[in-house]
Amino acid sequence: MTDVSTGSTPGSGSGFLDYAPAPESTSVLHLKQSYGLFINGEFTEGHGTPFQTISPATEERIAEIANANSADVDAAVAAARRAYERSWSTLSGADRGKYLFRIARLVQERARELAVAESLDNGKPIKESRDVDVPLVAAWFFYYAGWADKLDYAGLGPAPRALGVAAQVIPWNFPLLMLAWKIAPALAAGNTVVLKPAETTPLSALIFAEILQQAELPAGVVNIITGAGDTGEALVNHPDVNKVAFTGSTAVGRAIAKSTAGSGKKLTLELGGKAANIVFDDAPIDQAIEGIVNGIFFNQGHVCCAGSRLLVQENVHDEVVERLKERLSTLRLGDPLDKNTDIGAINSREQLERIRELSDIGEREGAERWTAPCVIPEKGFWFAPTIFTNVSTSSTIAREEIFGPVLSVLTFRTPAEAVAKANNTPYGLSAGIWSDKGSRILAVADQLRAGVIWANTFNRFDPASPFGGYKESGYGREGGRQGLAAYLESAGWSAR
Amino acid sequence: MNATSQALAPAERAVELIGSDLTEKSLRLHLEGLPGVDAVGLEQRAAALGTRSIKTTSKAWALDRIIELIDLTTLEGADTPGKVRSLVAKAVNPDPSDTSTPRVAAVCVYGDMVATAVEALGAAHGDPDSGLISVAAVATAFPSGRASLPVKLADTADAVAAGADEIDMVIDRGAFLAGNYGSVFDQIVAVKEACRRDDGTFAHLKVILETGELNTYDNVRRASWLSILAGADFIKTSTGKVSPAATLPVTLLMLEVVRDWHRLTGERIGVKPAGGIRTSKDAIKYLVTVAETVGEQWLQPHLFRFGASSLLNDVLLQRQKLTTGRYSGPDYVTMD
Amino acid sequence: MTRLAVPKTYKLYIGGKFPRSESGRTYEVMSQKGAFLANASLASRKDARDAVVAARGAFGAWSSATGYNRGQVLYRIAELLEGRRDQFVDEIVSTEAVSKSVATSQVDTAIDAWVWYAGWADKYVQVAGNGNAVSGPYFNLSTPEPTGVVAIIAPQASTAGSSLLGLAATIAPAILSGNTVVVVASEAAPLAAISLAEVLATSDVPGGVVNILTGSPAEIAPWLAGHADVNALDLTGAGELDWVSLQVTAADTLKRVIAPETGVPAPSLTRVVALTETKTVWHTKSLI
Repeated sequence: MTDVSTGSTPGSGSGFLDYAPAPESTSVLHLKQSYGLFINGEFTEGHGTPFQTISPATEERIAEIANANSADVDAAVAAARRAYERSWSTLSGADRGKYLFRIARLVQERARELAVAESLDNGKPIKESRDVDVPLVAAWFFYYAGWADKLDYAGLGPAPRALGVAAQVIPWNFPLLMLAWKIAPALAAGNTVVLKPAETTPLSALIFAEILQQAELPAGVVNIITGAGDTGEALVNHPDVNKVAFTGSTAVGRAIAKSTAGSGKKLTLELGGKAANIVFDDAPIDQAIEGIVNGIFFNQGHVCCAGSRLLVQENVHDEVVERLKERLSTLRLGDPLDKNTDIGAINSREQLERIRELSDIGEREGAERWTAPCVIPEKGFWFAPTIFTNVSTSSTIAREEIFGPVLSVLTFRTPAEAVAKANNTPYGLSAGIWSDKGSRILAVADQLRAGVIWANTFNRFDPASPFGGYKESGYGREGGRQGLAAYLESAGWSAR
Repeated sequence: MNATSQALAPAERAVELIGSDLTEKSLRLHLEGLPGVDAVGLEQRAAALGTRSIKTTSKAWALDRIIELIDLTTLEGADTPGKVRSLVAKAVNPDPSDTSTPRVAAVCVYGDMVATAVEALGAAHGDPDSGLISVAAVATAFPSGRASLPVKLADTADAVAAGADEIDMVIDRGAFLAGNYGSVFDQIVAVKEACRRDDGTFAHLKVILETGELNTYDNVRRASWLSILAGADFIKTSTGKVSPAATLPVTLLMLEVVRDWHRLTGERIGVKPAGGIRTSKDAIKYLVTVAETVGEQWLQPHLFRFGASSLLNDVLLQRQKLTTGRYSGPDYVTMD
Repeated sequence: MTRLAVPKTYKLYIGGKFPRSESGRTYEVMSQKGAFLANASLASRKDARDAVVAARGAFGAWSSATGYNRGQVLYRIAELLEGRRDQFVDEIVSTEAVSKSVATSQVDTAIDAWVWYAGWADKYVQVAGNGNAVSGPYFNLSTPEPTGVVAIIAPQASTAGSSLLGLAATIAPAILSGNTVVVVASEAAPLAAISLAEVLATSDVPGGVVNILTGSPAEIAPWLAGHADVNALDLTGAGELDWVSLQVTAADTLKRVIAPETGVPAPSLTRVVALTETKTVWHTKSLI
């Protein structure tokens, strides 16, 4: 399909499709050599051993990052507590809303800077951070700004109260967006926050802290402390925290659920998934192919709700797989800061090893492996989009979350069988349904045990739309009116 | 809705695909069995293709290639021989200040202006794949298509006799929307036959779907298939007289049909978006969409054209910026 | 030598533009102390007719904009009002004969009301709409949708502290859901209305979404009440008119009517929902 063209050579030698480099400039960034912890409205030194954050595309150092030890965690929680008692809880909802509106506006104003920082630190294509991540961040703050003075309408009774101090630990796959998902509703509901970004992706959160200063948010309302797993553990287990919100692996989520049991802390978890993307024989085929590709290769597959299992109706399996492979031939893997890159870097060496390991298991268990023909750069962490066919429900790669650009393809015969296979997992975060028939879509959606169901689309997010999982994908919802519940008193969960 | 068992004209492709029992009914069943189009998804894919950033060497190549793919068009009731000669002069020499500028692929005029165009082109008249310029004529009671078949065929034959290399016909949208696929089909077959010259060669046939009137993407998919089955060399989006004319999503859809046809038969059909493409920026998005849907070899005059008039000058302005390093202006490009 | 001022001309705001009344009429706006302030346009029934045409023309695009987009537009209006606080304070001081601090308080309340309503644009559907558990294999969803063109009689001078706030309190709740409006401003204190129109014209709100007529509500209201292409009639500021007969007139075309209020209406979700229609959609569900 994509033959060598006739005529001159535009890009690097073989034709128009080999687009010339279109790099987004990093000159918009004003990076520091090193960053401190953001506590009580200021950057202060951390007392743990600082660490480096690197670009996963080049393995080059970006900046030195402070490491919060337990004393630092104490200081942050204390700052949040003071701010809660003395400034934040005394403000009207309207005023809290005004701060959130300011933050939303500042994010819009500094959008390019945030997008470049995100791509540099995380490895995701600039096209995605610019067009998806950062706009959603602004939208999330805008949305929750409007709720701050309307809590009476949240469906949690008249004048619901905040919980107090919220401890929030977020992952590396959508660093700034996950930060927005946590901070916006927490503040709207009247809580104060101590947030720990992921170890490999602290940069955008630290620039966000500068935005908080520009917004003149009262000191201590939001505290951002960088560190690794032990910082997070100290934070969620801190006795003066009222609420814990965690997004990350199911394994860590389980541990947090255990360690906070009986503590009186309200807990919400957003964990892993192994979503089924169900394609019926009457699917709008070209859009279904796009949806499959978007479902598993968007963000390099580092998505908890990724459509990592393709359940395709058996009578169209071959056609779908063939079209899928053709489509993958125009995906561009490479420099995350090139505007034409579709597939960026894997976030870390550890994650790359995990993806490789699971893919090798897939092959060993008898699945057939196909990899998109991408040129892999010499430095950095990369994994070309990969499709496994001949996968069965008992295969490891049909059960375990790989969290990479690897698609497992299974078949089904009837809608009921599709539903059964889709539900046959301890996870339950999301699912996709592709069909031209409305009654089938709605009936299948009814029966899927998943918190987010996309019909004839995939990976769509909106601050007005609740997101969260069934079963081992976690509990609680983020986004929408329902997203406020996590941060307000309700049956069984009061502020202390 | 009168799906009849009456036999349709036995166009070769249709007989190959559907069988010798080619009737309105069998054609309809085939068209209605094509996969549906989700408009939201289609439009998102088109928008995503539009985010490709084409810079430096890629941009320079693209600008030249756009010019080489333009059917420079004048289709006004007020067209005079003078206007057509002026258009031809522009087609042959788009930018007098820069002789490295390539020529357009064709000039597109009303049938009764073909002779004037041919004469004005002189030695520049010929195959665009060889760097010359062909003459395309609109026909079949363009743009509405509302006339009897004999009138539409006479319209076509006149243009061919006057020297047109290509015929841009319109489908009968009224018949299509009323469900008379057989009538639409037979008309295309008849027009194709009217493109036959005495020496046995054919003028190339572009079939205009008028996507703005077909309205839904599902209709566009069906009309595209129908036109190809009936013998189209090119499928074309619009007359440019109805809004919306060409859009990126509708062109993407037509390219997907052409891609699927190629997969099925190995044969390559051309695509021509026409109307509403005024800026280089937009035109580059179309090149990207072609390249990433059917491949780069479609970016040649015998497989892809832009039906445009003001686009050419915008491309020339961009070309001038690339060569001089400064922004140019309307005084530095010629009128046509 | 004191500097010679450049007085402002106060015209109508229709379709995003500032025309004079087609009738050519004006009326004198006086300060509460009896000093001449301006000649405001005295809107005619034809101006009202044109305003309804503009409002209807703008309804399609405004109601199909996303709630997020409308919320952002309303927030932007609040930003611009904030930037013009001093101008509004001055106009209120002169037309309402109140102190600067009272005027400032009104302006602040108006801006805050505007922000409050902006925040509802992408949320009111979540609170006022819902899925319904019907007995049968059907997906069933109820959603509130904007009713269409709303004619508003804004609070008049008899309602204290209302020349700007009365507009915010009636316009914002109507347009956030996608309605477009034709507003008859306070007859005696119309200056804030036209200054508000200037804010709207420089914001991102499309022309025709808000149309403002200055003049005599007694003259104009009956034409709006009877107009077949107006879907709802907000009589909040019509307390001093023969509003019952307006309601009777509106009944000919079964308009939705909001009765007059004494005082400026407080921010209210009920007001937003009162100008919407609930649409309920059913869809079959079946696996086979």
